[in-house]
Amino acid sequence: MTNPLKRILLVDDSPRDTELALDALAQNSLAKEVVTLRDGVEALDYLYRRGPFVDRTDSQPAVVLLDLKMPKVDGIEALPLPGPRAVPARSPQERGGVLGKSLSSGAVEPEPVAADGSRRTSREAERLAPTAVGGYGSLSQPPPVQTR
Amino acid sequence: MTNPLKRILLVDDSPRDIELALDALAQNSLANEVVTLRDGVEALDYLYRRGPFADRTDSQPAVVLLDLKMPKVDGIEVLRQIKSDPQLKMIPVVVMTSSREEQDLVRSYQLGVNAYIVKPVQFQEFVEAVKQVGAFWAVVNEPPPGSARSLRPKLP
Repeated sequence: MTNPLKRILLVDDSPRDTELALDALAQNSLAKEVVTLRDGVEALDYLYRRGPFVDRTDSQPAVVLLDLKMPKVDGIEALPLPGPRAVPARSPQERGGVLGKSLSSGAVEPEPVAADGSRRTSREAERLAPTAVGGYGSLSQPPPVQTR
Repeated sequence: MTNPLKRILLVDDSPRDIELALDALAQNSLANEVVTLRDGVEALDYLYRRGPFADRTDSQPAVVLLDLKMPKVDGIEVLRQIKSDPQLKMIPVVVMTSSREEQDLVRSYQLGVNAYIVKPVQFQEFVEAVKQVGAFWAVVNEPPPGSARSLRPKLP
């Protein structure tokens, strides 16, 4: 199609998770088209092109990777937006929250957590992340250009 | 967990594409939990547990891989019925089609499709695409309640 690299919007308040995700995406040469934001307010401002993003003229992202537990506006509040989303939920409670609300999220994907509750090693996270993006970012055709 | 493999419902009228897809899923050890159906009527009967599937008691699939151009009832209609039914709308649906028509793409997203894959023409690329889609939706993604597997927290 016309645009081989589809933009990924990554919304996560954890600098460590963002860094790991960017490393993982770079391994698939996808990192150059990732926009990283830190909370739900920024994410909504970006998508609605308001506030600091009022001058944004490029198209909407092909996918939003959305953390749930974030300051200001959480991921659940940002969910009922058009277009593909993948939610890296960390806890069963978070998953229950998403699913219980019957939102039509594209995908809920648990962030890798080891049996003792700690996050998995970065290697494991990186092993999983390309699969996730491979299943979504690189293969799936995004909706047609969403410019206003 | 009782059922570690999440079921994939593959709906495609092309025997060749089904065979290739099953081969690809088998490479990721996912093939034994794939149900293959050949048209939209079968797919809806399966999901609604009616007709030949009236006695089906197992859970809904973790994902539906749905061709668009099919006899009897096409994929768009199957997608429309799934996403307009409160009982079925949470089931992830991935359109896998040879159609590059913008109309199909737009309609699918309007109806709430979870991903839209244009089937690669080349054999090897097609296999690779199915492997990636299967790995994501049947392994990485957490399906809604009522699908084959639920990651409930272990009771102490």
